Amino acid sequence: MGHTLAEKIIAAHVVDEDGVPAPREVWPGDLVEVSVDLVLANDITAPIAIGEFERLGVARVFDPERVVLVPDHFTPNKDIKSAEQCRLMREFARAQELPHYFEVGRLGIEHVLLPEQGLVAPGDIVVGADSHTCTYGALGALATGMGSTDIAVAMATGRVWLRVPETLRILYRGQLRPWVDGKDLILYTIGQIGVSGAHYQAIEFAGPAVERLPMAGRFTMANMAIEAGAKAGLFAVDDLTRAYLRGRTERGVVYDADPDAAYARVVEIDAGAIEPQVAFPHLPENARPARTAGHIAIHQVVIGSCTNGRIEDLRVAADILRGRQVHPAVRCIIIPGSQQVYLDALAEGLLEAFVRAGAVVSTPTCGPCLGGHMGILAQGERAVSTTNRNFRGRMGHPDSEVYLAGPAVAAASALAGRIATPEEVLA
Amino acid sequence: MTLSGKVWKYGDNVDTDVIIPARYLNMSAPEELARHCMEDLDPTFAGRVQPGDIIVAGENFGCGSSREHAPLAIKGAGVSCVIARSFARIFYRNAINIGLPILECAEAVDDCEPGDVLTVDLTAGAITNARNGRTYRTAPFPPFVMAIIAAGGLVPYTRERLQRAGARGGSPTR
Repeated sequence: MGHTLAEKIIAAHVVDEDGVPAPREVWPGDLVEVSVDLVLANDITAPIAIGEFERLGVARVFDPERVVLVPDHFTPNKDIKSAEQCRLMREFARAQELPHYFEVGRLGIEHVLLPEQGLVAPGDIVVGADSHTCTYGALGALATGMGSTDIAVAMATGRVWLRVPETLRILYRGQLRPWVDGKDLILYTIGQIGVSGAHYQAIEFAGPAVERLPMAGRFTMANMAIEAGAKAGLFAVDDLTRAYLRGRTERGVVYDADPDAAYARVVEIDAGAIEPQVAFPHLPENARPARTAGHIAIHQVVIGSCTNGRIEDLRVAADILRGRQVHPAVRCIIIPGSQQVYLDALAEGLLEAFVRAGAVVSTPTCGPCLGGHMGILAQGERAVSTTNRNFRGRMGHPDSEVYLAGPAVAAASALAGRIATPEEVLA
Repeated sequence: MTLSGKVWKYGDNVDTDVIIPARYLNMSAPEELARHCMEDLDPTFAGRVQPGDIIVAGENFGCGSSREHAPLAIKGAGVSCVIARSFARIFYRNAINIGLPILECAEAVDDCEPGDVLTVDLTAGAITNARNGRTYRTAPFPPFVMAIIAAGGLVPYTRERLQRAGARGGSPTR
């Protein structure tokens, strides 16, 4: 019997009681202790992790090169309490001499930033105190979100305990339609399997339609594995992955799932039949074709986030917004995912296209995605957003609504003042 | 270890954004977070919850964000235990790591009504509902997880392990 990608990566990282490497075959359900290649926290989760780290009675982090801190959520500091949290994190980074602490002006949204900076490599185990850490599965890494206490222990010891997950394999067949990208595939998938459809499992995304999917779309899909309850969402490493990694990192071990690997379930999806999607409030599983949304007037559009804040996403939005005007009733907020994405968008003239269309361009931040700042919704307001969650109150008032979509539907909706498809506004 | 308390019952997919909305994530003290616990789902909860009360919910409790503020808010509010049909995995880990007892038991959840009084024997994995007199059994935690709970959470558990490894001459931090 063979093994899945997740099983192989975990097997290679097993350690014994003293943290000494002790690789061994593992099976779903096994509880193992593993070494980690990278540990991550942000300005929301690091303060608790630092407090717990100090309670452990360990003076230094296990390896300063492998602890990454990114103040991206409530920055630039939105209020005094946030400023204090960021200061605590900054002082810890300085005291521990962490080379991968990223300051405002040099940062990005963590899950856009880390791959871009070459900090994640294939075959790594990455743990982050952020649920969307699963994004790095796009690079063939086993990456998963945990809480602050787990991360405190990982910072101190370089180890975590894991339950080896079962694997759900999803095969995407067919040719994608125009304006359909990774976001539409993953929203459609969650619509099919539900928000706990991959409960505690690893997802392997495979099949011809994703083999042709650019890296940006793969990051988007892996990013939302958590929205189906998954521990991780992984892609096999191929030429597109290698091209992305070139010049970023030399590290990495490439694993392939065995042909006779045991899967908990295999789901086949005809990707050629998928239309641009929108997920209605208040769960990501409420996905349906945007074409069938009906007349839903909106007040705000957000294009950005760890899900869709990459240059490819901004290009799609610019293709629709360029030379047109955002609807008078809509505030359109565009957030490049990192300083590099911002510079690229500047060089390509995308930022000018956005501003001339009547959109606002923000510095990289998680900001509105989680109702932090930079675009909070009032009671009764509705937003179309390229972010990842549409839970009740996620972007502001508990009686506001978030509709999730990809950048094409979001940009089209910004022009129409209601949920719309690109075809409708470009006609 | 036995707990007893009055039931607050909620549905499926109670996410961490409603357990503790992000607008309060600029702080992390449990007693501060507790004042806003469940605010966007049930604004009456934080003002009326009594020490020892028990949250009972459906599938996928604690889904969404990894924020440990969610179990901290619940624990800070004095809730003694959460019983659900199932838990989202990050919440599950976080609750064990900070020493908030959680149990999966579909039958106990389905039979339970708001205001019922439950008695929970954590060691035996038994839940008794005073209204109908029934006792429900839950699957025991794996020994490794039980050891974390017995130590009082992941930090004390790890601290003890590091001390033992140090005494053995092992290399606790590689």
